[in-house]
Amino acid sequence: MKCTKCSQKAVFLEPSFCKKHFLEYVEKKVVATIKKYKLISQKDKLVVAVSGGKDSLTILSILRKYSKNSKNLIALCIDEGIAGYRPSTIEDMVRFCIKWNIPYHIISYKDEFGQSLDIMKTLLKEKPCTICGAFRRYLLNKKARELGATKLVTGHNLDDEGQAIFMNLAKHQLEILPRLGPITGVVRDKQFIPRVKPLYFLSEKEIATYAFLQDFGIRFTECPNAVQAYRGHIGAILNEVEKEYPGAKQRIIKQFVRKLPQIKKKFLQRQAVQYCQNCQEPSVGIYCKACQLLGKLEK
Amino acid sequence: MDIFIERTNTAKTMQFSGKVKNLVKKLDINPETVLVTRNKELLTEEDVVRNTDEIKILSVISGG
Repeated sequence: MKCTKCSQKAVFLEPSFCKKHFLEYVEKKVVATIKKYKLISQKDKLVVAVSGGKDSLTILSILRKYSKNSKNLIALCIDEGIAGYRPSTIEDMVRFCIKWNIPYHIISYKDEFGQSLDIMKTLLKEKPCTICGAFRRYLLNKKARELGATKLVTGHNLDDEGQAIFMNLAKHQLEILPRLGPITGVVRDKQFIPRVKPLYFLSEKEIATYAFLQDFGIRFTECPNAVQAYRGHIGAILNEVEKEYPGAKQRIIKQFVRKLPQIKKKFLQRQAVQYCQNCQEPSVGIYCKACQLLGKLEK
Repeated sequence: MDIFIERTNTAKTMQFSGKVKNLVKKLDINPETVLVTRNKELLTEEDVVRNTDEIKILSVISGG
């Protein structure tokens, strides 16, 4: 099959593009998302949450390419302590940042909380993704703020968002839906760094293709905890739907974004920002989720 | 055909010539979840692979 823009061989179908036009397509889509949803301005100091995987290195690479002031770009990596997985992705991330002269910081659960995720999951009766998510969100916001960030950029993609929508619907957590969208956060507070998702309209397959064609030299590995994750099962269902009805995931996200203002109006529960009585970080309760988990660990 | 599936870190040999979309179907893999490569060349579902090819299948799902 040929590229729809030239006579070269296509490297991707739907849309059918050769390597050059596919790379252009991805970058244009990211830039268009940033502009349309006002995700980033030239004045922003950006901290990019990086794992060393395809999503985070793709957004880091595109931001580096299009940023007029690359000094305003810092990579922040959270080392949860997942043996057999995270060390290799961190190695890929470090190699990438050194190659492109991007400053980076690595923060570990072990240093911050005293234990790795591998140990925590044996001590706490919680699913690893529940523990990991709470501590990761906590550290990303706190460290991004300490680094002077005005925006925290994440590599969340179309698949991640589709899964989040369906997970919350399945659990009837409708009050969480307003928090989704290309820019996260419904509460404005100086302690909260707004999180933005420039890869919002790109699928995992499109991003993996971009990372492969750009030869980032990454490993296409999967977190070993993902097999236990509810998210993974929902993702598999959505991919089955996509196989039968091509374009379904795009349509779900486009409709969701279109309806997001109404969803916010209906389900947003405006709550005054509280601060955790233990760590003083923003919290929905007396104690933040991270401190609640740490409390259980100390018992 | 020699096939390496990176997600499960498994290698297998099988008889196959035909389109990539039929190869992934035979392997019971959803094409939305993988990239199929031959000698570091990215293949689409419409590309044809031969019995003598060495194929590597990369997972696009990172989940972490």
